[in-house]
Amino acid sequence: MRAALELARADLRVAVLSKVFPTRSHTVAAQGGIAAPLANSTEDNWHWHMYDTVKGADYLGDQDAIEYMCRRAIEVVVELEHMGMPFDRLENGKIYQRPFGGHTQDYGSPKMAMRSCAAADRTGHAMLHTLYQQNVRANTQFLVEWMALDLIRDPQDGAVVGVTALEMETGELHILQAKAVLLATGGAGRIYWATTNAFICTGDGLGMAARAGLPLEDMEFWQFHPTGVAGAGVLITEGVRGEGGYLLNKSGERFMERYAPNAKDLASRDVVSRAMTTEIKEGRGVGPHGDHLLLKLDHLGPEVINLRLPGIREIAMKFANVDPIRDPIPVIPTVHYQMGGVPTNYMGQVVAPEGNSKEAIVPGLYAVGEAACVSVHGANRLGTNSLLDLVVFGKSSGEQMVKDIAAQPKASRNLPKDGGDNTRARLARLDSANSGERVVDVLHDLRRTMQADCGVFRFPDDLRNGVSKMEEIARRGERVFITDKSKVFNTARVEALELENLIETAMSTVVSAEARKESRGAHTREDFPKRDDQNWMKHTLWFKEGNRLDYKPVHQRPLSVETMQPKVRTY
Amino acid sequence: MKLSIYRYDPDLDAKPYMKDYEVQLEDSDRMLLDALVKVKTQDDTLAFRRSCREGVCGSDAMNVNGKNRLACVTKIAELPGHVTIRPLPGLPVIRDLIVDMTQFFKQYHSIKPYLINADPPPERERLQSPPEREELNGLYECILCACCSTSCPSFWWNPDKFVGPAGLLQAYRFIADTRDQATNERLDNLEDPYRLFRCHTIMNCVDVCPKNLNPTKAINHIKELLVKRSV
Repeated sequence: MRAALELARADLRVAVLSKVFPTRSHTVAAQGGIAAPLANSTEDNWHWHMYDTVKGADYLGDQDAIEYMCRRAIEVVVELEHMGMPFDRLENGKIYQRPFGGHTQDYGSPKMAMRSCAAADRTGHAMLHTLYQQNVRANTQFLVEWMALDLIRDPQDGAVVGVTALEMETGELHILQAKAVLLATGGAGRIYWATTNAFICTGDGLGMAARAGLPLEDMEFWQFHPTGVAGAGVLITEGVRGEGGYLLNKSGERFMERYAPNAKDLASRDVVSRAMTTEIKEGRGVGPHGDHLLLKLDHLGPEVINLRLPGIREIAMKFANVDPIRDPIPVIPTVHYQMGGVPTNYMGQVVAPEGNSKEAIVPGLYAVGEAACVSVHGANRLGTNSLLDLVVFGKSSGEQMVKDIAAQPKASRNLPKDGGDNTRARLARLDSANSGERVVDVLHDLRRTMQADCGVFRFPDDLRNGVSKMEEIARRGERVFITDKSKVFNTARVEALELENLIETAMSTVVSAEARKESRGAHTREDFPKRDDQNWMKHTLWFKEGNRLDYKPVHQRPLSVETMQPKVRTY
Repeated sequence: MKLSIYRYDPDLDAKPYMKDYEVQLEDSDRMLLDALVKVKTQDDTLAFRRSCREGVCGSDAMNVNGKNRLACVTKIAELPGHVTIRPLPGLPVIRDLIVDMTQFFKQYHSIKPYLINADPPPERERLQSPPEREELNGLYECILCACCSTSCPSFWWNPDKFVGPAGLLQAYRFIADTRDQATNERLDNLEDPYRLFRCHTIMNCVDVCPKNLNPTKAINHIKELLVKRSV
């Protein structure tokens, strides 16, 4: 929506296709904040933010893109404020900022930076609604409850010239012609059994890109958020720990002190999730099955909880039956964020290997947000950098699209005659199949497989099994059928189409993970417990065709500063 | 658990009907939405909207035993053994539990739901004191689920003319924002026997809001401002 705003303000004709009403997208669920070194409470600058992001990414992030993001953070956050976003405030009227995991002062010193700009614990809601409101003002055209299905590419040069889309209310298939197409389709956390992600997070843009012959980058890196509500999956923001909450094991020990002596509970998420999983594995978990841990925040007092964490209190009471003013919340590491995605540069342009180049621009196609891999998050994202990623690269890709469209001839290119054929074939198969595999059965097996074989700690046998199980699941995916044949708002058809995207996502994940023989960021292998910069300081590229992998170098050279050299990562 | 669910597919059905389902719940099924997802594994033709499953996206508003609620934050344990589910009342049904929300969003858009401030933006953030910011609490959290407006008899009668509780709550959200300069314009836009004054403080909106917001209070604030302005 940030990109749409840029296009609408440039008086271009822009259509935003969304399979849900725009304020229902999963950004709405982001809680803790958006990073920007405003230095409203503690000294701060973009260099420190950049250092933290490079280190948080376990040195797999592209340093040019990271510098770009950190340098534009203040600008885009101040813009959000000007648009009306209801940030919390300090006594002096400036935006309220809280500490967050992995965000430090002075290049990783033990002092935490207060860098997360927050609207209570509803920052994503406040941001998404504000961006929607500004688009209403700018007269952006929304095609609501339209699900994009496939990219249409010009066979001559591979340029993306349009998309096919299903209008859910009528069941009609539409072909949309466009000079520029931006994928902002979010993540695919639904490939796991336990996830903080919404039902709609099914990797639709990833599936579209993969089917169009484009690679998916670094898909082995999935962030497990330390604090999902045990059993329910619902997210409890890291902002709880930013405000002073901490984790306890069954003996009431604040165990993070052992794993991260400086940052403790505010170490980066991969570190905390591994520590929690280790505690549980070694028998120090809480509850009758010893399968979760506790997040204590009652010591913050009702005032702080009601002012800064009201949504968390609401969630804890509804989903965990505890009032955090009195009792700790049962939590467990839960899949939360996909660091990988469709490869792009920092102007949002999709890049793919072609000829001698590993990063040739795919004309007409852009990607941003969780769907994209810029890559600023590398092997592990820092909390509050995701919302920042959305607005920085939403804006930069919008600016780039305006430029690129201006450079194109006025008349649109002709669509290839067979442009909608792939989509038509997919829909026709679903319409005609009356027996085979049920969507829900294939989906459940997919999610169970990913949970069991590709989790916080990864084992070589599991990964190999995971690949073969996923191959079987993908074959079953080709035989799914639905009993609902109605044209009108057919949600069974939507779920079947989403399943195809989930299959591409899960396959790319497990294949990429099996191949990466090291531990880095969120990818932790029992058989290769160390980071291996010699052999694995490189991005993975997965291609659907042939289920094949390729690799490309990490951009270690920033735009203006010195390269931040890989170091042993401790918190 | 037994559920009676409103079914209607204009492609197939001459008229709507209620269909009974029975689902076996597991320990992990806590919310009504979990039960509906179970029903859908038995019968994939049941259509309903859902997304975040944690009460922040506003997709799965429906009428449960006569009351508008979000299925994802309605605890099964607090419901009777037999539950009747219908689409939100007062809006056209597209299919099953899915209603056409065009009219609802049209009213939301009609209040100019965006900050208006003609001053050139400063280099850094505009300042707002904590008490000024607190004025927005209870207003900005709206998730546009439409539980309130579709429980309001005034909205049922005049969905085209009465803004409804959700839209009016948002109108006041911008009036209450110290950064917004369009209070007069906003009041002009509402000073109308229908747009604002169809609210007869029935307060169904307050009763059903899943976020515990109070549109009636916001509407009264707007009415007070109009009175103040006229004297």
